Amino acid sequence: MTRKTRHTPATDAHAPAGLPVSRRAATFAIAAGLASLPSGFASAQAPSGRVTVVTSFSNDVTAPFKRAFEAAYPGVTLEVQNRNTNAGVRFVQETRSNNQTDLFWASAPDAFEVLKQANLLQQYRPNAPGIPERIGPYTINDPGGYYFGFAASGYGIMWNERYTRANRIPEPKEWIDLAKAEYFDHVIMTTPSRSGTTHLTVETILQGEGWEKGWRTLKAVGGSMRQITDRSFGVPDAVNSGQVGVGIVIDFFAFSAQAAGFPVKFVYPTVSTVVPANIGIIANAPNQAGARAFIDFVLSERGQTLLLEPAIRRLPVNPAIYARAPQGYPNPFTGSIGLPNFRFDVGVSERRYRVVDALFDQLITGQLEGLKRVTRAIHDVEARLARRANVEAAALVARARDAIAAMPITAEQAVSADITAAFRGGSGQNRAPRQAELEQQWSNFARDRHDEAQGLVAQAARLAG
Amino acid sequence: MGTVAAPAAPMAYGKAVVPRDWTWPQAVVAGGIGLFLLAFLVVPVANVVFVAFVDRASGGFTLVNFQDFLANDIFVRSFWNSIWVSAMCVVWGTAFALPLAYFTTRFQFRGAILVQTLGVVPLIMPPFAGAVAMQLLFGRNGTVNLLLGEWFDINIPFMEGLNGVVFVQAIHYFPFILLNVSAALRNIDRAMEESAQNLGASGFRLFRRIIFPLALPGYVAGAVLVFVKVFDDLATPLLLNVREMLAPQAYLRITSIGIDDPIGYVISVVLIAVSVGSMWISTLFVRGRDYATVQRGGGGLAKRMITGRDAIMAYGVIILILLLVLAPHFGLLLLSLATVWSFSPLPDGFTLRHYERVFFESGQYITNTILYAGLAGVICVVLGVAIGYLVMRTRVPGRHWLDYTAMTALAVPGVVIGIGYLRTYIGVKLPDGTSMAAFWFMIVLALAVRRLPYALRACTAALHQISRSLEEAAENLGATKGRTVRRILVPLMTGGIAAGFVTSFATASVELSATMMLVQRTSDAPLAYGLYVFMQSPAGRGPGAALGIIAVVIVAICTFLAHLLVEKDRAPADR
Repeated sequence: MTRKTRHTPATDAHAPAGLPVSRRAATFAIAAGLASLPSGFASAQAPSGRVTVVTSFSNDVTAPFKRAFEAAYPGVTLEVQNRNTNAGVRFVQETRSNNQTDLFWASAPDAFEVLKQANLLQQYRPNAPGIPERIGPYTINDPGGYYFGFAASGYGIMWNERYTRANRIPEPKEWIDLAKAEYFDHVIMTTPSRSGTTHLTVETILQGEGWEKGWRTLKAVGGSMRQITDRSFGVPDAVNSGQVGVGIVIDFFAFSAQAAGFPVKFVYPTVSTVVPANIGIIANAPNQAGARAFIDFVLSERGQTLLLEPAIRRLPVNPAIYARAPQGYPNPFTGSIGLPNFRFDVGVSERRYRVVDALFDQLITGQLEGLKRVTRAIHDVEARLARRANVEAAALVARARDAIAAMPITAEQAVSADITAAFRGGSGQNRAPRQAELEQQWSNFARDRHDEAQGLVAQAARLAG
Repeated sequence: MGTVAAPAAPMAYGKAVVPRDWTWPQAVVAGGIGLFLLAFLVVPVANVVFVAFVDRASGGFTLVNFQDFLANDIFVRSFWNSIWVSAMCVVWGTAFALPLAYFTTRFQFRGAILVQTLGVVPLIMPPFAGAVAMQLLFGRNGTVNLLLGEWFDINIPFMEGLNGVVFVQAIHYFPFILLNVSAALRNIDRAMEESAQNLGASGFRLFRRIIFPLALPGYVAGAVLVFVKVFDDLATPLLLNVREMLAPQAYLRITSIGIDDPIGYVISVVLIAVSVGSMWISTLFVRGRDYATVQRGGGGLAKRMITGRDAIMAYGVIILILLLVLAPHFGLLLLSLATVWSFSPLPDGFTLRHYERVFFESGQYITNTILYAGLAGVICVVLGVAIGYLVMRTRVPGRHWLDYTAMTALAVPGVVIGIGYLRTYIGVKLPDGTSMAAFWFMIVLALAVRRLPYALRACTAALHQISRSLEEAAENLGATKGRTVRRILVPLMTGGIAAGFVTSFATASVELSATMMLVQRTSDAPLAYGLYVFMQSPAGRGPGAALGIIAVVIVAICTFLAHLLVEKDRAPADR
């Protein structure tokens, strides 16, 4: 569901956080002033007819909105086209010469950025009083006014209680818990190159813990993976059905599973992030008035309150709505999830977006078998060392862990012109490497480090006896 | 050219018998089909795939992307993995299909039509739902392994790695062999068998030396379809998280790195090349031999009675195979009736409310599916018969190109067709001003083009078994070419045509990838799209499975009717 489509890395910006906000503040003032009119300035031209929205959201989310919107605007029908984010972006791009779509409605901010860069979105000033500028480390709306956050979601850990009980796995709290021996072969996640939200989680860990330490955490957790899947929905699916015990997922997957009766639980780790889900008007939308009315509706108190429904369970962007939320509902505005002081550096994230994806794929996803083999060997030796300490063996294990954690490139290189250019379609001119060449180098690097670590652990195992 | 008419020698080689060149009507038909393929296959695909040959920096032509492919060990390993998996699927598919085909066509067998119908059902594995059901039954914590763990403390990795892919794919695609071999067996003249028996052959020897060789065109047609289909299939490896095969690599590159990433298309080009290559090898294999039997009055193998121990054995084998190959659908049925099913051998409870929800929300999905898949099936067999005829009975220049071009469709990923159609036809306006790409018939065309290879292979195999002398006789009696095709060829090909229609229809009814790009309005959407929408949420798993079961039932009914038609057709001859 949260698959992202990326065209060229040049278009890979997130909503840039640091851009001028004064204009937006002014927008709010105008909008708030107009709000005294029944339905804002959208009512200058009363909406009617069919409003077509392309969305990656499931029926559980869209159906309540469709019902409520159609009830609020008699005579208007909301035509919902479900497509995964990737296919949706592609569809809008391919149909631009004869556009029939009014709205794009999906999670991944980067998908909107791709559309915006391709001039496929149009500006609008929503009539939405009471919505602040930021949620967590993110600005809620695109500063250019092309798309608007309407809900937020956080990433965390979900587990199947029947599974964890049967396999005697403790309840996880933090990312690094998943690297423990108890979790070995019991965890599933989506690869960041296939899921914009997983990417943001990976990037958050890298920024929160630093490049070297962050990758160390990611690789340690990676060693516990049962599978690294390519479908975001594959993770909650596997956990719901009990095929895998623990999954790294976006919160609403877990909440809607709970609402459907599955025996699952969910926790937000301390280093976490909330990501806004967005909506925007497609350029040359055939039903302008309808599109505007729908955005205003989604951002209105009525629309925001719908987000609290058990089958939807997303975090409203209007802080006032949380007063109506049930007890214990996570509230990013009061810091009950995420790091309140953490500021996400959008610029860095944007520059190394594709590099981080490729590193994760080549070092972890593509080498999972070797990574798991050495991880299991380390767990074995550590279990023996716990019973009978051996300083020399412990030092070898530490060296093995260092070998696994080693990175082929530094944080500086990850944003260097040569490497980022390769991921923008450079073709090896001026002796700069091509993307395919870099990927092959990195995958070889990881394989060699895993072999090296395997050798060190084997020595440690002999010493540990 | 002129020397072909030399007498005597060519009699054994079907190809050389045709003494005359092509006629204008044939050329017109060939040209029409050529244009169709150009417009709805070649141009749209080329519009997308050209990226493989483009240098990303300069925009010029290059082969450097192919070098990168060969230099990357993941791609090379993926290539050999795909070859191995496909070959193993043919082996297992044969093991499933031959007993079913042989017993049901060869003997007086109670429930033969039912077995034939159930044998096709595995082909209809609804996207998402099928894999979820398989995991629930055979996964690491599926029914079977939970029970095994409880009783014997063992866990069998049915669904792990390449073996998991072989397991699922062999079950999924063996009906290609079943359908084509059954059709071929029915076309064998009983005189052949009787002669062999008169000469003392019986039992396995009879099968090995006479019956199987005569059915070889059908078997090869089915086997090569299985091979190519498994080679190109994307959904199963993806759902089992097997990444190191070619089709998933192509898909992952295109969808995560972007539509302009050349490597994704390099892989697509490799997929297409391997598919066409295997087709070509398979035609070489059956070419140069004569499978046609002249006498058609006997109408297929004699159906003999089967009694006593043999009957019990035969039923035993058939039931065992059916149990295994229908397991996914049994799982799907359980899922569609389940309240919650999580980490337990069976669901926590049962309910009918998923069906209720589906019937209220999804009526149009069902009618759309029957309409689209039915039309696609008809287009497939019409084109299949026409191309098969042109290739095997005429000398129209370029006829083999029609065949090869049509076959490439097998290897074109659905998403490439979908994007290609949008790209090519979005600017073309229909008389009422809407875009041609938004017209529902485009979905039908996309479905038909991708299934044309099935129908084409089935029709070609059927033609292989019909002796040319029957048509020559008709022509000698004054029938025109067109009349001969209508009154002689097509009726004799009924079995093959039905096999082609059933495979096209069944697979089209659950296709998602191309549909997903082309559906522009929920009211135009087929069932697979509805299924996708449901399966994206935990609460939708039950209704999604229910919709999947409905799809299976619809297709099974249509298949059953098609078999009835075939049987009825040959009933008088069989007496």
